[in-house]
Amino acid sequence: MATKSKANKPVTVKDVFKNKFTPYTLLNPDGTLNGPAPDLSPEQLQAMHRVMVEARVFDERAVNLQRQGRLGTFAPLSGQEAAQVGSAFALRKTDWLFPSYREHAACALHGQPWLDILKYWGGNEDGSRVPDDVNIFPVAIPIATQIIHAVGAAWAAKIQGKDDATLVFFGDGGTSEGDFHEGLNFAGVFKTATVFLCQNNFYAISLPRESQTSSESIAQKAISYGIEGIQVDGNDVLAMYQMTKEAFDRGRAGEGPTLIEAQTYRYGPHTTADDPTRYRDSAEVDQWKERDPIERLKNYMISQSIWDDGKEEALWEDVRAQMAKVVEDYEALPERPVEEIFKYTFEEMPWHLEEQLAELKDFIAEYGNPNEGHH
Amino acid sequence: MAHKTLIQAINEALHLEMKRDERVMIMGEDVGANGGVFRATEGIYNEFGADRAVDTPLAEAGIIGSAIGMAAYGLRPVPEIQFDGFMLPAFDQLVSHAARLRWRTRGRFTCPMTVRVPYGGGIRALEHHSEAPETYYAHTPGFKVVLPSNPYDAKGLLLASIRDPDPVIYFEPKRLYRAFRQDVPEEDYEVPIGKAAVVKEGTDVTVISWGTMVRVSEEAAEKAQEEKGISVELIDLRTLWPLDIDTVIASVQKTGRCVVVHEAPRTVGLGAEIISLINEKALLHLEAPVVRVTGYDVAMPLFRMENYYMPNANRVLQGILKTVQF
Amino acid sequence: MPHLTLIQAVNDALHLAMKHDDRVVVLGEDVGENGGVFRATEGLHDTFGEDRVVDTPLAEGAILGAAIGMAAYGIRPIPEIQFTGFMPMVFDHMVSHASRLRWRTRGRFTCPLVLRAPYGSGIHAPEHHSESHEAYYMHTPGLKVVVPSNPYDAKGLLISAIKDPNPVLFFEPKRIYRAIRQEVPEEIYEIPLGKAAVVNEGTDVTVITFGSMTHMAKEAITRASEQGISAELIDLRTVWPLDIDTISTSVAKTGRCVIVQEAPRAASFSSEILTLIHEKVFDSLQAPVERVAGFDTPMPYYRMENYYLPNANRILAGINNVLNF
Ligand SMILES: Cc1ncc(C[n+]2csc(CCOP(=O)(O)OP(=O)(O)O)c2C)c(N)n1
Repeated sequence: MATKSKANKPVTVKDVFKNKFTPYTLLNPDGTLNGPAPDLSPEQLQAMHRVMVEARVFDERAVNLQRQGRLGTFAPLSGQEAAQVGSAFALRKTDWLFPSYREHAACALHGQPWLDILKYWGGNEDGSRVPDDVNIFPVAIPIATQIIHAVGAAWAAKIQGKDDATLVFFGDGGTSEGDFHEGLNFAGVFKTATVFLCQNNFYAISLPRESQTSSESIAQKAISYGIEGIQVDGNDVLAMYQMTKEAFDRGRAGEGPTLIEAQTYRYGPHTTADDPTRYRDSAEVDQWKERDPIERLKNYMISQSIWDDGKEEALWEDVRAQMAKVVEDYEALPERPVEEIFKYTFEEMPWHLEEQLAELKDFIAEYGNPNEGHH
Repeated sequence: MAHKTLIQAINEALHLEMKRDERVMIMGEDVGANGGVFRATEGIYNEFGADRAVDTPLAEAGIIGSAIGMAAYGLRPVPEIQFDGFMLPAFDQLVSHAARLRWRTRGRFTCPMTVRVPYGGGIRALEHHSEAPETYYAHTPGFKVVLPSNPYDAKGLLLASIRDPDPVIYFEPKRLYRAFRQDVPEEDYEVPIGKAAVVKEGTDVTVISWGTMVRVSEEAAEKAQEEKGISVELIDLRTLWPLDIDTVIASVQKTGRCVVVHEAPRTVGLGAEIISLINEKALLHLEAPVVRVTGYDVAMPLFRMENYYMPNANRVLQGILKTVQF
Repeated sequence: MPHLTLIQAVNDALHLAMKHDDRVVVLGEDVGENGGVFRATEGLHDTFGEDRVVDTPLAEGAILGAAIGMAAYGIRPIPEIQFTGFMPMVFDHMVSHASRLRWRTRGRFTCPLVLRAPYGSGIHAPEHHSESHEAYYMHTPGLKVVVPSNPYDAKGLLISAIKDPNPVLFFEPKRIYRAIRQEVPEEIYEIPLGKAAVVNEGTDVTVITFGSMTHMAKEAITRASEQGISAELIDLRTVWPLDIDTISTSVAKTGRCVIVQEAPRAASFSSEILTLIHEKVFDSLQAPVERVAGFDTPMPYYRMENYYLPNANRILAGINNVLNF
């Protein structure tokens, strides 16, 4: 049936979206504000700043450990601290966090001990055993799968009449997987209180963002699921906080999920197994370093007279000592018994695993420990 | 003849075949400019261009699904799945489509593609990067499943796979990518699909294995000979499915004892199928039950404990002794 | 006691489980108002409302993926996959997540969900509607696989599966959804997972199977008994982890065994059972174990499915093979 409209001109998607998205920035690189400051106390700002510095130092230590053969493959996050800390700062304690594999800062902020994070990358399963009062799902290596789990948890909360929300991280590459589509579509239909946080760091290993999708922005993908979407300057911790907070408020009020595209950049390799010089210029890295998220917040706090260079120096020193202790504790961990491999496959161990465990123990008794000299 | 690693042999096979047959193209995550995360496709992008060495978006179902369409249309795609654990998002495309396109269309459409996948444990990799999923594909009617254990076979089997008229899952033992070198002829040659190799002849016990575990079993066979005077016949299956039943049965009939070694979890591992076939075809020749030396029925542990999980030479030796002392 | 079909027993179990535990939630395609394409969830939507009986969009990966998040959060989801042919779409979530969530988090998060799916062939269904996929899940550490063969067991096994703290695949042999009626108690009861049923005691040969093949096997052993052969019939009920004691005891007694399944043979359920017998009671075996299975081809279209599916004659031939060895 034809509807009457004044201008009978087809509206195409490209007309609607062309050049429509620019990243929302609140805090400029020099520390000045673009708009009203979020409602955060000096202590809260300092807390954000501290976690970002912790993450930066942790990263450095972890990469070094890996280079020395004392840690497994590691995914560094340097450069992406604000995208993670700003958004995770909007979580309440009971909310659930679903990381991919690079969200060390977000996880630490939400209550995962740094030592546990290091354990995970050190090949120790206990690292995924978060404390009972911490709701962080284990690292999700199969890209984009965690998106749907986050929808399920938020949906379960809704079914149980609770207002817990979920925050799920993934990269620009993750938006190409089918699970991204399925997850956002489900969340739109069931109006779950989920924030889909895409850290667009412009590369998926080697593939640049423009080869990943022809969409002009990632944020605009929200439109096809009937959900809210926004593009944010991911190196601006205040904008990240404010936009995520508003998204949670909407979610808890039953208004459904939000897709946030946080534009940011990883300074380092994709993982310690990657060589980024094969696919990007160092000039590009330098450009991004001028927009460093930690510097930016520091400049702002100094301009607000709640911080100074002396405090900054003391903080870094303190954090270095903290991370040295984390590394020390990590290296002092005892080897774990082989039962650990068999435990937790099921709640109770079935006969076939009992048999296999006994077999392995007999083997070790007879032939010695195959793991000796291999850690 | 040049001395090459397994990954160099794979790279050389890809180069050769792309030069010989312009229908052949590679596609996958980071396979182009980056040359693949293991550098298996190094140089191909520069030589053959972005149309034949395609960097795809991050989507395994998309990679396999579009390769199926390409293969049906007449190309010879060689998609790469970056790691064994990431075949799973493409599972439906593989099982419901690639495996049965010929069957469903009575041969009108076929699916001559070779899915290359770095396979297995032993390199201290991350979670989901050390899986041994051959059972899923051996159990799915319509696939050929290949897994070389050395550079020479890697090249010849890959060339045979790409030329094969049916979909081939070509697993690459990543622990052996750079573990040793071997003489590999520069020219074109094939190692036939469906033919096992008798790596070492012996008389007391047959050890059947594939991929990385062939190296482990070789070490065990040496120990068995030196320490216990046991003569091991070692079979490298090379093609896991359809497997070379004649070589297996002939050997077991001769030795009367057998050990199957694989890194995949034990239950419904390929070992179970091999034992079933031996039971069906050579039970009366058996002097002892066939022994399985395998990964355990648990998730692949993080790297700190992977040496407990992966069979090693001593575990294979223990298995050999168990059959011999039965 | 009411006489129920298998699908009614499934429906009854779901009603009871949802009544007794308000954490239980059913989700899937057409499971709500429509009551499921086979009517397994009939009436649930009216009784428990749309929050607990959810019609989802058409996306199997998300149905299981969301159920994983739900289960970890603390509710007890029962996702339905409409046909086993569509299970490959959930495969990544099943293998990479559901099966190993407990393991990966050292028990901090668990995944107590029951994935229900109509299973197997024999109803002249279209392509991709008749698959038997248990081997994929047996091979994946951390999963339990259950296939009932009758209404009584279906109800008790489903209740146990829902109470189980681990992820369970509950495959419903759709060929016998309405083929038989049986007395099924009204109250809640459990049949323990991991326990086989000895359907018929015998001394000459052991026949091991599960699901709808149990009925084929029954027919075969009845005919065998007319030939003077005493066959012991084991219905595994839980396909994995299975009841090894019942199998070993039986085969140690009879010395001969036939394994029956609908799935393709290569690297399958039957390979594992055969191998376990080989490992545990090698010395008692008087003949090679025989496998009566589907072929290593795709499931044919329905006109030829009876060539593919084991039937009483093929099982009887298998019995005769092992006896005449
Ligand atoms: C399903 C799957 N396919 C492939 C990979 C290998 N892989 C690991 S990270 C990655 C790129 C991810 O890029 P993106 O989503 O942008 O996240 P980023 O690493 O940039 O944070 C790839 C291809 C994987 N982990 N999972």
